[in-house]
Amino acid sequence: MNAVQTPAAARGGAPYVRLEGLTKRFGDFVAVRQVSLDIARGEIFCLLGASGCGKTTLLRMLAGFETPTEGSIWIDGVDVTHVPPYERPVNMMFQSYALFPHMTVAQNVAFGLRQDGTAKSEIDGRVHEMLAMVQLDGYDKRKPHQLSGGQRQRVALARALVKRPKLLLLDEPLGALDKKLRERTQFELVSLQERLGVTFVIVTHDQEEAMTLASRIGVMRAGEILQVGTPTDIYEFPGSRFVADFIGSVNMVEGRLVEDEPDHVRIQCEQLGCMVYVDHGVSAPPDAPVAVAIRPEKIQLSREQPPGTDNLLAGRVTGVAYLGDATRYLVQLPNGFQLRVTAPNVSRREERFEQDDAVWLSWHPSSPVVVTR
Amino acid sequence: MHDRRSWFVLSMLCFGFAFLYVPILSMVVYSFNASRLVTVWDSAHSPTLAWYVELFHNSEIMEAARLSFRIASVNATGAVILGTLAAFALERYRRFRGRGLFSLLTTAPMVLPEVITGLSLLLLFVVLEPLIGARGATTITIAHMTFSMAYAIVVIQARLATVDRSLEEAAMDLGARPWKVFAVITLPLIAPAIASAWVLSFILSWDDIVITSFVSGPGSTTLPQYVFSKVRLGVSPDINALATILVLIVSVAVIVAGTYMMRRDQRRIRDAQVALGAGG
Ligand SMILES: Nc1ncnc2c1ncn2[C@@H]1O[C@H](COP(=O)(O)OP(=O)(O)OP(=O)(O)O)[C@@H](O)[C@H]1O
Ligand SMILES: [Mg+2]
Repeated sequence: MNAVQTPAAARGGAPYVRLEGLTKRFGDFVAVRQVSLDIARGEIFCLLGASGCGKTTLLRMLAGFETPTEGSIWIDGVDVTHVPPYERPVNMMFQSYALFPHMTVAQNVAFGLRQDGTAKSEIDGRVHEMLAMVQLDGYDKRKPHQLSGGQRQRVALARALVKRPKLLLLDEPLGALDKKLRERTQFELVSLQERLGVTFVIVTHDQEEAMTLASRIGVMRAGEILQVGTPTDIYEFPGSRFVADFIGSVNMVEGRLVEDEPDHVRIQCEQLGCMVYVDHGVSAPPDAPVAVAIRPEKIQLSREQPPGTDNLLAGRVTGVAYLGDATRYLVQLPNGFQLRVTAPNVSRREERFEQDDAVWLSWHPSSPVVVTR
Repeated sequence: MHDRRSWFVLSMLCFGFAFLYVPILSMVVYSFNASRLVTVWDSAHSPTLAWYVELFHNSEIMEAARLSFRIASVNATGAVILGTLAAFALERYRRFRGRGLFSLLTTAPMVLPEVITGLSLLLLFVVLEPLIGARGATTITIAHMTFSMAYAIVVIQARLATVDRSLEEAAMDLGARPWKVFAVITLPLIAPAIASAWVLSFILSWDDIVITSFVSGPGSTTLPQYVFSKVRLGVSPDINALATILVLIVSVAVIVAGTYMMRRDQRRIRDAQVALGAGG
């Protein structure tokens, strides 16, 4: 499967963080199951998954707040599995920010440096440098409850970064921000990361955020990592039904392999009422049940019948949603099955379809993704 | 209809307050009475501060008050230290077998009849006499700590439960060792509860008489014991004066604490508004 990206080792240099068979049980409940993962130095790695799939637990094991039931954690070639949190070269930014309410902003940021016994003059300098970086100079005397949500989040970031950790763990760092501020902060985070060269591990359940930030994404479900890859890999070459469905919007249809050649396959899909022609090979036994995933934006709509016979369907528009940058259609096939189609609004006077229009649907043979799991 | 109802509510309120405060008020008034007979108001020579003057010249009362104060302070301090440790163990240590039982056991002294507690402590102190010496201030303090601690644990544990664990984790993550985390993060955050627990323990010890009677020795008479023994011989007006002073101290303390808390809350609300006004 080409979906799994070659880890750092193959790109030269040992992995910076290595997880080996990491498992965490709470009683009988398995929160994290057999996770093995390599993260390279300077990477932004996103853990993406639905609520309760074990993202925070995995991050807490990296920070040292939970002891793994099985497996080991290596950071920069050192086994830190049983090293307590206060001795790990790792800092964490908490989901709730966890700012100390009885300390000022400056004291909060200075806390980590004070634990190391850094000289007073150096602490002051670094705290102000850090506050300037997150654009909070002048706020150093305030208490956390005198700050807005976005300002608190930046204090938390400054506090986690001031010790210049080699690895920064961020648990849903932007969860409390509104959409605009969130998008701006995402880009700030990336540029900050590039400037400081810190390795980021970010937990999120927002797939758009993961796509924006990550150099690689790990998709989690029920304590397992299903797939690791670049955002493009994960989106264009999902390795399983779950990943295809979880990332972005997708039309998923069940089918059966009827023609299996190295350079193309044909799949019989009852739901579509047609053959799907795919211009690349699939590693599945013949006649095996497979699923075909087609992204809504990869389907073209037209009024006239396009040439050719493969990957062509007739339907009727049953729903139109104008989103500004694109229009989303719901198209019903004669047998009642509904497909989602997204068409970009390139020009203002573009041809748009109305409710009940008869349309033709078509897609390129390279577009469908065939998954066997 | 509405008017009748509000009259009813108002009179109930007055009755309730009267029920609570008339006895105290009459005691305060009679403390300025010149007559030696408590129930007779001597309008010719009243009001007078004579009983207050006498009070401060009565070395027995002053001695008893000093002893009570010393016992109450040591008791409160000890109860708060032990109570904080116990509350921390019960609240923060990972779930261990028998935690529920421990929880129950620490709070049991609150509901145990005082006579039973007193009796059992008396038996214990008799056995331990070679070790801790004759009964006196020390045994009273220890006895008071056994039940004050239960209250301290409840108060402190309740507060501790509201302290976000991630604050402690964040401190640890930034390099603070567990003891340091406790000292600079947890302790300041539960300080208000520790203060209330201290005051509560102090008051519990200050007015305890049942358990004290069991475990006190010949040379140690606390203030409640003194008052009680005096009253048995007939109520004397200097006790009224003493009680008035105590009521005064308590009232002032309550008013000061109340004002301080109100100010703090108002400041908090104002600060929060400032923060929201400042925006993202
Ligand atoms: N201390 C614990 N004891 C028992 N179960 C726990 C404990 N911590 C977490 N769990 C369970 O482990 C699972 C994973 O929790 P986790 O907090 O890692 O989820 P998450 O992926 O971070 O979810 P979210 O996106 O909602 O934050 C959950 O089902 C949770 O109930
Ligand atoms: Mg979480």
